[in-house]
Amino acid sequence: MTSLFLIQFLNGVQFGILLFLIAAGLTLVFGIMDFVNLAHGVIYMVGAYLAVTFSQLTGSYGLGLLLTLPATLLVGLVLELLVFRKLYDRPHLDQVLATFGLVMIISEGVEVIWGSAPLSVRMPELLSGSVPLIGPLRYPVFRLVVIGAGLATAVALWLIITRTRIGMRLRAGATNRAMVSALGVDIRSLFTIIFAFGAMLAGFAGAMVAPILTVDPGMGESVLILAFVVIVIGGIGSVKGAFAGALLVGLVDTMGRSFGPIILRSFLDPSAAGQTGRVLAPMLVYILMAVILSVRPAGLFGARS
Amino acid sequence: MSLLEVRNLRKSYGALKVTDDLDLTVDEGELHAIIGPNGAGKTTLISQLAGQAGSDGGSVRFAGTEMMGMPMHRRVRAGMSRSFQITSILPGFSVLENVAAAVQARSGSSFRFFAPVSKEQALNDAALAVLARVGIADRAFFRAGSLSHGEKRQLELAIALATRPRLLLLDEPLAGTSGQEADRLVEVMRGLKRDVTLVLIEHDMDAVFALADRISVLVYGRIIATGRPEQIRDDARVRTAYLGEEAGEGS
Amino acid sequence: MRLIPNRAWAATLLFTAFALLPLIAVWLDDIYLIVIATRILAYAIAALALDLILGYGGMVSFGHAAYLGIGAYSVAILSRAGITDLGLHLLAAICAAAVFALVTGAISLRTRGIYFIMITLAFAQMAYFFFVSLSAYGGDDGVTLAARSTVFGQPLLESDTALYYTGLALLVGLYLLAVAITRSRFGRVLTGTRENPVRMQAIGFSPFRYQLTAFVISGCMASVAGVMLANQTSFVSPAFMDWHRSGELVVMVVFGGIGNLLGAIAGATIALLLEEWLAILTEHWQILFGLILVLVVLYSRDGLTGFFRRRL
Ligand SMILES: Nc1ncnc2c1ncn2[C@@H]1O[C@H](COP(=O)(O)OP(=O)(O)OP(=O)(O)O)[C@@H](O)[C@H]1O
Ligand SMILES: [Mg+2]
Repeated sequence: MTSLFLIQFLNGVQFGILLFLIAAGLTLVFGIMDFVNLAHGVIYMVGAYLAVTFSQLTGSYGLGLLLTLPATLLVGLVLELLVFRKLYDRPHLDQVLATFGLVMIISEGVEVIWGSAPLSVRMPELLSGSVPLIGPLRYPVFRLVVIGAGLATAVALWLIITRTRIGMRLRAGATNRAMVSALGVDIRSLFTIIFAFGAMLAGFAGAMVAPILTVDPGMGESVLILAFVVIVIGGIGSVKGAFAGALLVGLVDTMGRSFGPIILRSFLDPSAAGQTGRVLAPMLVYILMAVILSVRPAGLFGARS
Repeated sequence: MSLLEVRNLRKSYGALKVTDDLDLTVDEGELHAIIGPNGAGKTTLISQLAGQAGSDGGSVRFAGTEMMGMPMHRRVRAGMSRSFQITSILPGFSVLENVAAAVQARSGSSFRFFAPVSKEQALNDAALAVLARVGIADRAFFRAGSLSHGEKRQLELAIALATRPRLLLLDEPLAGTSGQEADRLVEVMRGLKRDVTLVLIEHDMDAVFALADRISVLVYGRIIATGRPEQIRDDARVRTAYLGEEAGEGS
Repeated sequence: MRLIPNRAWAATLLFTAFALLPLIAVWLDDIYLIVIATRILAYAIAALALDLILGYGGMVSFGHAAYLGIGAYSVAILSRAGITDLGLHLLAAICAAAVFALVTGAISLRTRGIYFIMITLAFAQMAYFFFVSLSAYGGDDGVTLAARSTVFGQPLLESDTALYYTGLALLVGLYLLAVAITRSRFGRVLTGTRENPVRMQAIGFSPFRYQLTAFVISGCMASVAGVMLANQTSFVSPAFMDWHRSGELVVMVVFGGIGNLLGAIAGATIALLLEEWLAILTEHWQILFGLILVLVVLYSRDGLTGFFRRRL
């Protein structure tokens, strides 16, 4: 029981880290540009597909991952210049519609290029083993690497945001948009950078999970909506909130699925518990969101609603 | 008898104390003007009284009832309405509908889903009467967004009036109006003095001294003096703090 | 004011065209036409429902497909339990939708702007997962209905034409209801809140109660569309409430011109016909549809919303 708990806890953290990588870019874009980007999830998917292709081409997952980063950065740049840039001053409805159109184009485009069958990429030999945790318990190295890389990214982001000039502008922008332009910052290029950077983080997340998940055309969608939940819980514009929200959602989702039925068994008979657990588990994060919103409409770390 | 009693009202934006332990008493039936320099906190005070902005502490008693914590729409129904310094209308509605909506708010339930509201003669008649009172009845069927600035100011006042308040809080009703429109609005306010208690914020000193029964001077979130117009005119503190030359010219 | 007779005429014309359509289908000997048209009617009902809150209430709900699913599953679940009457199916759908809309609406409406969009989307996804995990009803794969709903105990709707006219009757009825609502006292408060919520509070209205009521009415109306869809396809699955479907509903409303109930019906028609047509051209029609959407939003002067906005 405790060993299962530990494993699921780590799985939850790993999922949370993944969500954070996706949500970090989104929350900055929401907070600073007040912009709804439904296409963020498909960029994560594109990252995974690119990682597969680059790994096959180079014969190395590591190289594939490295190539994915500039590639998704470029995707972000191109999208920003061609589409997003024209939408900043538009009503949310327009932003929603245009990015929804992009989702349709990119999802279908991915199917045209890579087909609809799930793909996978081989894990590098070096990372494919498992390490002992406590006693007989072992945990896959690769998942630990994902956690480590995600945490390192979070720390790097935190340093950028708290210690650099550009980070200062970001923080100013996330809480007060008018202030950034008042500071005489070139808003346009700042926006472009954030967008491209956010796309790269999402692509990074996609590339990271390519070896442990199947890469298929639907993978971006469920994650997008969970990333929304993360942002709403954390508070729009707050990277700290995105981190807390992502871990919370990752843990609640993962633990709920494995322990929900077990916990329910103490109130219900086993078959009813199993059934209720299966129904409730996928809804848990949304219920969590509802509860947090009823208490704090602006999210855990949100300044405004 | 006092209709409005404000005690120790406070509000800060960060380090800035916009309303600083403010006391104010408004008597039933008077026109109480509040003057003060730009940024003194006049609009903030109105917003706090009306319940649009929250307060950090203090008490607002209206007709003997504590209003603190009550949302704006309930204060309106209790008889306390405000107008906005920056015109706040329903631009896509007709002028008549703007006012009729305010009449509707106080007459009967609005959870009625079937009967066409534009055919409710009682609402339209009451709205027209208010429009006539402020002098824009001829604009009734225009789109509110298409009015001139001065006409929008008149509409702003009409909407507030249509809620039939016992206490009307007016935030610079004359701001940006031409001489003729301003004269008209001053006449309207003079007429109102008979049946509504008024709190008037205004930079136009001629209007203030012509209309006010009492004047309070607000500087940096505090009322530094309250009194009849001639007392305020002669108050040394007020002169130095605010009125300066204007008072000299006025007398 | 002058617009009203025109709109009544346009509505009469549109609904007459719909009413004559089965005759044309018979004449062309094309049964598929009725199938498509029935789908159009169902989506028109959903778009109409969405327009009521999006166009008149300014609430951009990106989760309205949830109500399609709730309506459709009401049919599946009741039919399984041996209750086949259309009236009861509608009643159950409306009640379930009301509860869902009341709870999720009360939470979503505490927020504004992009929060509202994301939260409605998230709640629809929650409903999606709820039905995915209903293994008794096929989970992910859904469930095929044994028969269509019955009317007065008779299997009248087994005829495609009868189902079509039922859908048309529901659409006309709901359209008239929606028009009445927008012109009522309630409609004035709803529209006023979209225009300027602070002003509405300053004259004594609490926007929340009116917005929530509208949200619930809209959800109930959309669930009727779900009942229609389930009957049309004789099949129910979570795919009914895929978030793409929510997006398509928004597209329909905007295509037809927001805040113009008849436009929502026209928008549903245009969007579905466009889909059908593009699907004939290519298997990957979504790319073209997405492209059209992006281009229209980008290159109409004030964006899609401005482009199609009702001209006063
Ligand atoms: N929402 C806010 N956030 C931060 N500061 C604010 C806010 N609203 C007002 N202030 C500040 O509070 C002070 C008082 O503002 P207020 O609008 O109440 O002044 P006022 O007396 O109405 O001025 P005016 O005569 O120009 O209308 C000003 O310094 C203003 O900058
Ligand atoms: Mg002011």
